[in-house]
Amino acid sequence: MTRVALRHRLAERGIDRQLWLLVPGLACVLALFVYPFAYGIGLSFQPAQGGVFGAYREFFTDAYQRDTIATTLGLSLPAAILNVAASVPIAYRMRGRFRGKRLLTTILVVPITLGTVLTAEGLLNYLGPAGWFNRFLMAVGLLDEPVRLTNNYWGVFFSLVITGFPFAFLLILSYLSGIDPTLERAAATLGAGWWQRFRRITLPLLAPGLATTFCLTFVLAFSVFPSAVLVGDPAGTTRVISIAAYHAAYEAYDYPLGSAIAVVMGVVELFVVAVVLGLRSLLYTGSTGGKG
Amino acid sequence: MSGFDELRLDGVRRRFGGQDALAGLSLTIRRGEFIALLGPSGCGKSTALNCLAGLLPLSEGSIWQDGTRLDTLPPERRGFGMVFQNYALFPHLPVRRNISFGLQMRRLPRDEVRRRTDEALRLVRLEEHAGKLPGQLSGGQQQRVAIARAVVLEPSLVLMDEPLSNLDAKLRLEMRTEIRRLHQTLGLTTVYVTHDQEEALSLADRLVVLRDGRVEQIGTPQELHERPANRHVADFMGYRNLLPMKVKAVHGSTVTVDGSGLTLEGVAVGALSPGDDVLAGIRPEDLHAGEHGVPVTVEVVEYQGRELAVEARTSAGVAVHLRAITRPAPGDQIAVTAEPARVLVFPS
Ligand SMILES: Nc1ncnc2c1ncn2[C@@H]1O[C@H](COP(=O)(O)OP(=O)(O)OP(=O)(O)O)[C@@H](O)[C@H]1O
Ligand SMILES: [Mg+2]
Repeated sequence: MTRVALRHRLAERGIDRQLWLLVPGLACVLALFVYPFAYGIGLSFQPAQGGVFGAYREFFTDAYQRDTIATTLGLSLPAAILNVAASVPIAYRMRGRFRGKRLLTTILVVPITLGTVLTAEGLLNYLGPAGWFNRFLMAVGLLDEPVRLTNNYWGVFFSLVITGFPFAFLLILSYLSGIDPTLERAAATLGAGWWQRFRRITLPLLAPGLATTFCLTFVLAFSVFPSAVLVGDPAGTTRVISIAAYHAAYEAYDYPLGSAIAVVMGVVELFVVAVVLGLRSLLYTGSTGGKG
Repeated sequence: MSGFDELRLDGVRRRFGGQDALAGLSLTIRRGEFIALLGPSGCGKSTALNCLAGLLPLSEGSIWQDGTRLDTLPPERRGFGMVFQNYALFPHLPVRRNISFGLQMRRLPRDEVRRRTDEALRLVRLEEHAGKLPGQLSGGQQQRVAIARAVVLEPSLVLMDEPLSNLDAKLRLEMRTEIRRLHQTLGLTTVYVTHDQEEALSLADRLVVLRDGRVEQIGTPQELHERPANRHVADFMGYRNLLPMKVKAVHGSTVTVDGSGLTLEGVAVGALSPGDDVLAGIRPEDLHAGEHGVPVTVEVVEYQGRELAVEARTSAGVAVHLRAITRPAPGDQIAVTAEPARVLVFPS
C-alpha cells in the first residue's frame, strides 16, 4: 500500500525508480568513454614544450600534418555524398513490396558484415594491377596497360563506398518506409508525374533523413584507418588524419600531439555535422505521416 | 480533360491474391450526378474508388469516358480529384501550397494559380489558415483543405473515400451539408464512398450498395429506403428487425407470415408460396406499441431524446426492436403491431 503510494508520489515528480537500473551502464560509459576522452583532451594541452597550445601549434604549422585534414575530407566527403546519393534511387525503387525484396536487400547489405580487412583484400585481388578487372579490360582491348586503382586515392575511396553504402542504404530505406505512400498517390491524382512526385513530395520529406544519414556515413568515413593503410598510399595521397594521430602517439611516442590531433579530428567532424544539421533545421522536420 | 457526358464502368473486377475484392461492377455515371458507394467494411468500396482513380490496376473489365478508354491511363492523366480517407495532405507544405499543388503541376500562369487558390480557400472558408501547415489544423479544417485541393482543378469527377469518418458527430453533419453545397455550386460529378446509410441517403442522387465485392442494388435513395431488393440491403437500410418466419398464405403481393411468436401481414419481395422460409423486415420505427397486437416482454429501454428505443422479446424468445413514446419498464408486457405496407417479406 505505502510502496505503491511512494512510487506514485515519485512518479508525479518525474522520478522513475526503475531508471536506477541504468546506473551500471552509465558507470561503464563514464569509466570507458568519458574519462579517457577528458583525459585525452587534458593531455593535448600538456606537451613537453611550447606551452598549453604547443601540440596544436606543432600540428597546424607543419604542412605535412596540417594537410591530413584536407586529405581526409577529400576522401570522406565525396564517399559520404556518393553513398547517400546512390542509396536514394535504389531505396526509392525498393520502397514498395515486391517479390525478392528480402534477397536483394540482403545482397546490398552483406558488405556490412565483411570487415574492412576482407574488403581491402578483395579490392587488391580484384582491382589490383594483376587483378581480374584490369586483366579483363586488357583482354578486351580497352586498355594497353593496367590502370592503378589500388594503393592510391581510388582504392581507399572504393573501400569507403563498399563499407559505407549498406549503412546509408538501410537508413534511407527505413526513412522512406516512414513516408505515407498515399501522399504520392494524392500527388498523382493531382497530375504529378513520377519525377514531380519524387521531387516535390518524397524528396522534401526525406531530406532530414538524408542529412542524418550523410552525417553518420561521413563520420564513419572520416575516421578511416585500416583501408587507408591497406589499399591506400599511407605515406602520400591517403595519409589521413587518423594515420597522423597514430604516428604521433605510437611511433613518435608524443602522446600530447597524438591527443591534439584526435581533438582536431573531433572538431572537424563536429563542424561538418553542425553545418549539415544546421541546414537540416531549415527544412520541414515534422511528421511524414507514415508508420515511422 | 474537363467534362464528360457519361463515365461507364464495364464489369470492373479486382482480385487480390485470388480473392475478389470487387467482382464485376458495372455502372454508368452521368455528368453532374452524386453517386454514393455504400456497404459494410471490407466490401470493396475503396477498391472501386482506387480503380476509378487509376491507383489500382483492374484485373478485368474496362472504364470508358464517353468514347475513350480510361483504365489504361495512369492516375495523373485521368484528371479526377480525390479526397482520401486520411486526407493525405502534404505535411511539409502550407495549406495554400497544398491547394495550389495541382494547379502548379499543370504549369498554369502564376496569377491564375493565385486567383484560383484564393477562390478555393474562400470556398472552404480557410482564408485565415492559408499559411499554416496541415499538422497545425483541426480535423475538420484538414478535411476542408483536402476537399479544396481536389476541387480547385475543377476535375471532371471527384472521388471521396469516407471523408467524414474521422470527424465528430456535429462536424460530420456540418461537413455533409458543405459537401452537398459544393457539389451543387460547382456542378461537380461526385462518387462518394461511405458505410453510413444516413450519409448516403442524404447526399446522393443514386446509391450503389456493395457486399463482398458484388453489387446488391443500385437505385435512388427513396427506392433503396422503401424497396430494398433483398435482406442484405434491407439490413443495411435500417430494417433492424429481420425475423425468421414461414409463409402461411399469399394474396397477390400481400403475404401472411407467422413464426418467432408473431403473426404479420406484409409485402412480398420476390415470388413466395405458402410454406416458404422467409425473413420479415420491419424498421424499429414502424413497429408500434399499442392496445392490441402481439404481446412481447420489454427487456431494455434506451432514452433517445424524442423517443425511446425498446428491445423486447416475443413469446418464442426472438428479440424485436421498436420505438415507444411512453416509457415502459423492463419486464412489462406490451402489444406491438405493424402496418402491412411497412413489412417487407424476403425469401431467406
Ligand atoms: N492491398 C491489398 N491486398 C490484399 N487484399 C486487399 C488489399 N486491399 C484490399 N484488400 C481486400 O479487399 C477487400 C476490399 O477492401 P476495401 O479496402 O475495398 O474495403 P472497403 O469497402 O473500403 O472497407 P472499409 O469500409 O473498411 O474501408 C477486403 O477484403 C480487403 O481485405
Ligand atoms: Mg475503405
